[in-house]
Amino acid sequence: MAPLIEVKDLKTHFFTPSGVVKAVNGISYSVDEGEVVAIVGESGCGKSVGAMSIMQLIPNPPGRIVNGEVWFQGKDLTQLSDAEMREIRGNKIAMVFQEPMTSLNPVLTVGRQLTETLELHEGMNDDESQARATELLEMVGIPDPESRLNDYPHQFSGGMRQRVMIAMALSCNPDLIIADEPTTALDVTIQAQILELMQKLSKETGTALIVITHNLGVVARYAHRVIVMYAGKIVETASAVELYTNPQHPYTRGLLNSVPRLDERVSTRLEAVEGMPPNLSKPTLCQTCDAPEPELVLVNEDHWVAKCSNDSSCAGWFPRDLE
Amino acid sequence: MVTATNETLLEVEDLQMYFPVTSGIVFQQKVADVKAVDGVSFTLKKGETLGLVGESGCGKTTAGRTILQLYKPTAGSIKFNGTELNGLKGNSLRAVRRDMQMIFQDPYGSLNPRMTCGDIVGEPLKVHKLTSSKSEYQERVSELLTIVGLSPYMAERYPHEFSGGQRQRIGIARALAVNPSLIICDEPVSALDVSIQAQVINLLEDLQEQLDLTYIFIAHDLSVVKHISDRIAVMYLGHIVEIAERNELYENPVHPYTQALLSAIPIADPVLEATRERILLRGGVPSPMNPPSGCCYERKCPDPDNSGDPIEMKEVSPGHFVAVAQECFDQYGCYWFPREG
Repeated sequence: MAPLIEVKDLKTHFFTPSGVVKAVNGISYSVDEGEVVAIVGESGCGKSVGAMSIMQLIPNPPGRIVNGEVWFQGKDLTQLSDAEMREIRGNKIAMVFQEPMTSLNPVLTVGRQLTETLELHEGMNDDESQARATELLEMVGIPDPESRLNDYPHQFSGGMRQRVMIAMALSCNPDLIIADEPTTALDVTIQAQILELMQKLSKETGTALIVITHNLGVVARYAHRVIVMYAGKIVETASAVELYTNPQHPYTRGLLNSVPRLDERVSTRLEAVEGMPPNLSKPTLCQTCDAPEPELVLVNEDHWVAKCSNDSSCAGWFPRDLE
Repeated sequence: MVTATNETLLEVEDLQMYFPVTSGIVFQQKVADVKAVDGVSFTLKKGETLGLVGESGCGKTTAGRTILQLYKPTAGSIKFNGTELNGLKGNSLRAVRRDMQMIFQDPYGSLNPRMTCGDIVGEPLKVHKLTSSKSEYQERVSELLTIVGLSPYMAERYPHEFSGGQRQRIGIARALAVNPSLIICDEPVSALDVSIQAQVINLLEDLQEQLDLTYIFIAHDLSVVKHISDRIAVMYLGHIVEIAERNELYENPVHPYTQALLSAIPIADPVLEATRERILLRGGVPSPMNPPSGCCYERKCPDPDNSGDPIEMKEVSPGHFVAVAQECFDQYGCYWFPREG
């Protein structure tokens, strides 16, 4: 089976006065239909820029996709015109953003924001879109959906707003939903509810899901496959069970060991990753062997790790500023 | 609850902090109270870390700030080293503040962008007149920066030149400047990336050991709180609903809210996660302006909407307390847990 979406050697760079920032610097991955893939990494590692590049939402200038292809249903998204891309955005590929507070329009009712996409993409009339919007709000678990359609975003709580965002993403039955830190701004109890909901909906509708997050713990329960990004590159990718039980790259290990676990009885000292991520406008050299470019090496079944090509003793390509 | 001993540093009893809600433009009338903190009691021993957890809006930050007298409490008593803080003013309050400091959540908003790192860390020294000469002042600033893992030459830099984790270190150095015995850490790592979080948590633990500090650690992430705390208090709607030693709380949570909170924390292990059951709570947190009665979540008792029993902390095992409406608990096993919808 051909994958639903295939990203090939994608490079997105930002051209700023202080130099070229290589935010995404050659990533390749694919997502199958109905699959849940997590992209994990800390702020600035390029995970959001990678997602924005798929949607062709990189502000130009300063940003530009300088290399790579994004194959989705037989089309290379990087080659499409704005008009063609509008047909896909929200319709075939939908996005859920991090901040439910700022990504909804405060001066439009929630109902209007839901019906807008339906009228645009599905050509529905007023009554049809109203009915579908009600159905969508019910699907994401908002009580009394019919009357809530006339409410404004400020009348909803944070968790409810994120549910509205998910309803909007689902409205046109997309094949792929990209959720960029969907739960970071929410309380843990609400976070559990939202992830549970997204997983349930993905199972019911067969929608593939790319979840972007900085916390490996959050996605352990939901992801089929995990991609760890660092400094604009993929440093490790494997099935979820394999990655959590047998992490190979020092950064992945660092991410796992730096989070205290709730099931530990005695607090052991946390193993912090020392230093800071490197400046992406300078060449990123591995801290142990100075290799500039990693090479993805197969270490186990479907388990790839970024290694340095010139030094086999190096555990993984891992540039780090140690000031 | 636990009686005060020589070892007790802080004793908070029935602390209340109400914020008035007013209406009218010229003649403002008070129409209601937001009961942000509504009867919180606990004691804190020297060298101990107490974790305060709860969802946003539960009053954990307000409780921390009220203890420091950043808000004037509506009622209740706060005894620090045996001194009653309520009603202290001017110089005597400033003297007490030397002993208690705060670390704030937002490392971006809590540092003045126009002051250098050295001036930020050194300001408390000037306010409390702790150094006699310029060279002593500079020496102390360098020492503070070194303690928190920054280099003394960074004193000339401005906050925007530092990363988030480094900025939080500046905040910690500022808090340490006056040699406090109590530090209230208000979500000190929530705004940081997980890899940087560990650095800051380790630093806080090291400092506690070196400088014999007592912490109140406020956060919404129970796994971080459990890691750093000796005892944990779970707050809900302005009350402490459960307080216990950390392993006791994790292994034997009694209150339904604590159970739900614990089950919602993800563990980075897909095999384990597949077998964990997630308890999802019905409804939402009620408004602290006009909360419904105490037993309305479980609905075990015959009259859940109308129980006027006062809330008490019941000791279920040594040192493990849970909030109940006493008579209802004895008869029907209801915990205090108001819930909307």
